Parts: sequence; structure tokens; C-alpha cells
Amino acid sequence: MSNTTYTLTEADLQAYTDGQLDPLRLAAVEAWLANHRDDTERVATYRQQNATLHALLDPVLNEAIPQRLTRPQRKTWNSFPQLRYAAVAVWLVIGGTLGWFMHGAQEGHSAAAMTLAHQAVLAHAIYTPEVRHPVEVGADQEAHLTAWLSKRLGSPLKVPHLGATGFELVGGRLLPGSNGPAAQFMYQDARGQRLTLYVRTDNGSNQETAFRYAREKNIGVFYWIDGPFGYALSGDLEKPELLRVAQLVYQQLNP
Amino acid sequence: MNETDRLIEEHIPRLRRYARSLVWERGRADDLVQDTLERAWGRFHLWRRGSDLRAWLFSIMHNIHANDVRANCATPAQQSLDENELDIPVRATQEYGLEVRDMQAALDCLPVEQREILLLVGLEEMRYEEVAKVLNVPVGTVMSRLSRGREHLHQIMAGKAMPELRVMK
Repeated sequence: MSNTTYTLTEADLQAYTDGQLDPLRLAAVEAWLANHRDDTERVATYRQQNATLHALLDPVLNEAIPQRLTRPQRKTWNSFPQLRYAAVAVWLVIGGTLGWFMHGAQEGHSAAAMTLAHQAVLAHAIYTPEVRHPVEVGADQEAHLTAWLSKRLGSPLKVPHLGATGFELVGGRLLPGSNGPAAQFMYQDARGQRLTLYVRTDNGSNQETAFRYAREKNIGVFYWIDGPFGYALSGDLEKPELLRVAQLVYQQLNP
Repeated sequence: MNETDRLIEEHIPRLRRYARSLVWERGRADDLVQDTLERAWGRFHLWRRGSDLRAWLFSIMHNIHANDVRANCATPAQQSLDENELDIPVRATQEYGLEVRDMQAALDCLPVEQREILLLVGLEEMRYEEVAKVLNVPVGTVMSRLSRGREHLHQIMAGKAMPELRVMK
């Protein structure tokens, strides 16, 4: 026994079994084991357990991988461009219908506000299923995102923080709008549910409107005009829940 | 196939092996893998580049499985399955005989938190720190569960602790 001060700990026994022992203690552990048969047997037993686990389950590694697993991205729209174009076409039709309904339902409401909701829902439908490129600039570069989009929209923008409702900023992107550039901010909650806030300049009309609501299929949208901007918050949420988020957005933009 | 696809696909065989050790039946195990991959794709932007992708994927699977177990514990369908329906790789039982079969039954008798750690350490050969990350528990907890789990498994396989659940049935 070269090391008389060392006593084997339970953690060292486990680590020795798994080859994860700190090399500085290797000699001491081996010296201990040389004189303690019961511990040596435990190590052998546990190593046998590991070997049996491999014997039981390693054959799975050699099985052919089912198609449904090798191409999980098939489910995303990214790898099926034709699906994506089809979806855009569908949403153009839905968007058109939405616009038509809104036209009928809200006479006297300005055409500008209607196209606002229309474009926002369209942009929501196109970008929220996006798996790998949901945004152009991520939330980790929020300062850059805000500065960039403010510059492109020609007025200082604020990015609301919706953490209180469980939605965190994913990031944002620049989009073409009917009056020029528009911005889309995307949010996501812990379940992967996504909301988008669409912002575009309102061509200097400077009017304000109350919240208005429209819904098509699953997507609800609250939209309003406030100062130089038109805003539209879209998401697959129940109306009261979406309203709660919309109110938070409004409060954050008008502190 | 781009870099990201390739990175994740590299881990599929191991994810399938771990899933099989958790639920045994091939179809259900692959459902678990599929759910894991879909969630991973959906949240890939949340993965910190340069951090351990395997630990991230296994932690997603752990969370989904833990939720499934919670949701299903009122109706333990697994217990009523005929042994013939279980998808143990045939080659394994032929080559290694009874001990391998016993291991499967014994694993089923372990509490899930011990079982997961035995599998992540013994089968996946993860470092203890990595296991702690996957399961979101301190390393000390990993060590104590590993120690208890191994002793527990040994006793079950040596017939000292006949699994009460089975006897009662």
C-alpha cells in the first residue's frame, strides 16, 4: 500500500467504473482496490451492467433509420419551396377574402387600415412557420435590429417586450409594405407559439384609431394606427388573450 | 443537406437507442424521437452555437418523455403489453441470452430518475457533468442516483429485490 491516507469514496468508485476518475487519484484508487475485494467486485458488477446495456440496446444503432426521422425538415416549409409558394397563393386568396369581409363589415373604416391588417396577416402566415430563418436579425442583436428598422422606416421604432405574457422576442425582419418598407417583429412563447407585430409607416396621416379586430381561419389580428405608424398584432390566440397582448404592446409603445 | 441538418442527423441513431431504452416498443420509441427532432428543428435558433448539441437534444427528449410519463401514469399501457409485442432487438437476446432479457425487465423496475442516469452514463457514456445538464439537476444528485440505481439494479438482477409490482399483479 503506497498511499495509506486515501479512503475510497463512493463517487470515486463510480467514476473509476466509468473511466471518469480524475487521473491524479487513479493510483490511489487502484491501490485501494487491490486490498478491498468487495469494492473490486462492485466495480466488476457495474461494468458488467454497462456491458449488458450495450448488448441489449446497441443493435438499435444498426437499424435502418425510418424515413420519417431522417427527413424531419420535410415538415418544414423551407425544404419544399413549392409548398411555400402554394401557401402564399392560398394566403393571398384568404387575405383577399379577409379584406373583402372587412370592407363589408366596417364601412367608413379607411382602406389604409384594412390593407394594414391584410398585409400583417399575410406576413404572419408566411414567416411564422419558418423554422430556420424566422427572422433576419435575432433578439441577441436587438439594438442593431431597432436601429436598422428605424432607419429604414424613417422614424424611431420601439420594440415592445412581452415577457409578462410569456412571449419573448425572437427577432425581426424588413418587409415591403404598400407605402414603403415595413417591419415585422416575431415573438415566441415556451410552447413554440408565435406572434408577430407588423409595423409600417402610415404615410403621415397622423390619425389615431381604436383597436380593431379581424380573424381569418386561426389567425386573429388586432390593428391600430398611432402617430406615424400603423401596427398589427397577429397570432393564433383566442381574442381575449390576443387583446391582452395587444394592450401590453400599446402600453409599451406609449409609456 | 446543409451543416445544421447534418449536425442533428448525426445524433439520430443514439436518440433512437436512448428512446428505445425508455419505452421499448419501436413505434412509440420512434414517435418520441420524432417529437424530439421536431421540437429541436422548431427551436434550433435557441440552441447556443458551440454548446453541446447532444446534451441539448437529449434534454429535449428527457423533457418530452417526462411529460408523457406524467400524462400516462394514470393508464400504464406499457404494463399490459404482451412481452411478444416488445421490440427488443432479436440479435441481442440470441447472442447474450438471459442476462440481457433480465436487464430489460430489471430496468422497468427502476424508478425513472435512476434508470435515466444509468442509461446516460452506462449506455451513452456521457460525462457526469453532461448528464447533470441533460436532466437539469446538480452533479451531486447525478452521483447519488447513479450509486443507488446501480445497487438497486444489481439487487433486482440477483433476485434479492423481486419487483413488487410484478409480484402483486
